[in-house]
Amino acid sequence: MTGLAIDNVSMVFELPNGADVHALNDINLKIGQGELMSVLGPSGCGKTTLLNILAGFLSPTGGEITLNGDVVEGPDSKRGMVFQQGALFEWMNVSKNIGFGPSMAGVPQAEIDAKVTELLGIVGLQDFGEKMIYELSGGMQQRVALARCLCNDPDVILMDEPLGALDALTREKMQSLVLDIWKKTGKTIILITHSVEEALLLGERLIVMAPRPGRIHKEYKLPFAEMGVGADLREVKRHPDFGVKRDEILSMIWDMEEEIMGRTEDA
Amino acid sequence: MFEEFIEAIGVSLWMILGIAVIFAIYLAIATTCWFIYNQVHKRQRTLRGMASLKTVSFGDESSVVANRIASVAAVIAVFFLWGLATGSSLLGPIKLPGAFVGESSFEYTATNAAGETDTATVYVTVAPFGDKETKAQELSGEADGFALDDAVLVTERRSKILKAQNNDEGGKEDGYAVTAIDGQPIAPGDTVPFADGEILMTGKGSLSVRPSSGVTMEALYLPPPEQVWKRFLDLNANGYQNVGLWENVAWSLIRVVIGFGLGCLFGIPLGFAMGLNSWMRGWFDPIVEFMRPVPPLALIPLIIIWFGIGEQGKISLLFLAALWIMAIAARAGVSGVNLSKVHAAYSLGASKRQVMTKVILPNSLPEIFTGARVAMGVCWGTVVAAELVAAEKGAGKMIIAASKFQLTDIVIVGIILIGVIGFGIDILMRQAEKVLVPWKGKG
Repeated sequence: MTGLAIDNVSMVFELPNGADVHALNDINLKIGQGELMSVLGPSGCGKTTLLNILAGFLSPTGGEITLNGDVVEGPDSKRGMVFQQGALFEWMNVSKNIGFGPSMAGVPQAEIDAKVTELLGIVGLQDFGEKMIYELSGGMQQRVALARCLCNDPDVILMDEPLGALDALTREKMQSLVLDIWKKTGKTIILITHSVEEALLLGERLIVMAPRPGRIHKEYKLPFAEMGVGADLREVKRHPDFGVKRDEILSMIWDMEEEIMGRTEDA
Repeated sequence: MFEEFIEAIGVSLWMILGIAVIFAIYLAIATTCWFIYNQVHKRQRTLRGMASLKTVSFGDESSVVANRIASVAAVIAVFFLWGLATGSSLLGPIKLPGAFVGESSFEYTATNAAGETDTATVYVTVAPFGDKETKAQELSGEADGFALDDAVLVTERRSKILKAQNNDEGGKEDGYAVTAIDGQPIAPGDTVPFADGEILMTGKGSLSVRPSSGVTMEALYLPPPEQVWKRFLDLNANGYQNVGLWENVAWSLIRVVIGFGLGCLFGIPLGFAMGLNSWMRGWFDPIVEFMRPVPPLALIPLIIIWFGIGEQGKISLLFLAALWIMAIAARAGVSGVNLSKVHAAYSLGASKRQVMTKVILPNSLPEIFTGARVAMGVCWGTVVAAELVAAEKGAGKMIIAASKFQLTDIVIVGIILIGVIGFGIDILMRQAEKVLVPWKGKG
């Protein structure tokens, strides 16, 4: 079968005092090729843990992940990751960063160069190939991170709050860029975010997770990502359904947070 | 032992006072220069750049930039004080009273056993330090009473005991005594001034002639700048004890470079092993943590016992000085790698080896460079100290040998040279850092 399958995945950590923490409890998800899925949830719901398991940085204590039928056992180039920030290589210029994956795989330099040039155009950094990472702004750096991930041509792109550290304007531009790339490349994209609006905009499917134990609380199918491709995202946000969904999810998460606070106060 | 401690504390208090005075003088000069600078600069201040528009500059770290004019003035001030304290000829007419040199005289009044008094003159000749040509003045031998004239030769800043009555008529009888100097009464234990110094009468009635030493320092303690410069030119041309100045310096540098190189060669891989492997970290931790606080100089006796005083010993010492610093720097560099960089590399398809060479190694370079700068500084200090203990050639050897002959000017040339070279090494390292790890501090 094609696509990413999460079968009965559980993650149990043991604390130093011997207590168990159920970070993830029996997660089941099927994500088809080319799907755009966003994951939302209060802090501590295990969404980053789930992403790390998908990337292969953690192995689950139960269940398994398969990509196109192959069991995931460690990180590899089929599942690319875009980190929040600080994951670029400062000792390389922009082009070298973007071409890192292929050059590790021994792809001929001319081929890499052509690909890098194309990607620089896609992310809008045509004239910045020779610049060093520390000469770029935060938004530009995330464009480089995105391009670096795309250059490796992964089947799945995992995004761990990639826009979290950006200012509102840059963030909006980057959201459009993510949508464009999704449409152009047809990649499967899984995006973790704290922002409800971002989750609504960048998810055909939206998963809301709940904490203690980390589990899937609710799933939505949303039209906004499709609407947002090539369009003004502010228009999409003005859509009546958008506001309704946003308020619904916000109160859902609000209730979860309340519950967590209440529990900690009891303890 | 308790009393010794009290004494040491007493000495320290006096030292603190002395340091405070010197500091206050220097600070006063700094403030004066600042004031003058501000007076001159106020007229040509033009509004340019953001910094000039800031209203809050006190407490704003970014608005404090080293004023280079102040740096130059500070160096000039040091040389000025040095020149002033040593009575340097460079300062021209600006001179503090120096030690008296030349001819002078005083008159003494003697009283004989019979109670009669008479006067005679003592001709004092003060010869410069190290001068063996000058002789005491010739006396005419004429006499107008029972007291006779004397002549005495004293070295600059030293004193001389004169028994003035020895040549007087009846001077050796009981009751004969010198009772006044230039009309000022004197008794055993008293000190009275004369034109160019002072006279102390000893318990047995002799006169200790002390020409005035002024307020400048003796060249033996601190030679004037021009003497040091002359000595530098001389060393540059002729060397010292058959070893050229630059040969000495080159030997020190070679030892540092070899010792530091060996330290890097072993220390960096050791640090990497410690940063990447739990067993290695555990294995080497006690050794590194124990050796790190041991000052390399404390190893000198052991090194001499093991290797003798040859090159081997000195290079081993420098190797040990650099080794732990480099190991710790490399370990910190590896530990400091952002996990998401490593994760990113793996998920981009890099192998373990590629992660090592393309991510961990370049990522640890800034830390390694910082370590290298510290290690070079420590090595340079250690090599000079090691040469002080035992060496045939080297900057440290030159100054310790010169100090045994009280050639203070060579010692000062050596100290200045050691300082300048140490500073030069640090500047070179900083430049190399700028070129090789331009991303340092910008992650």
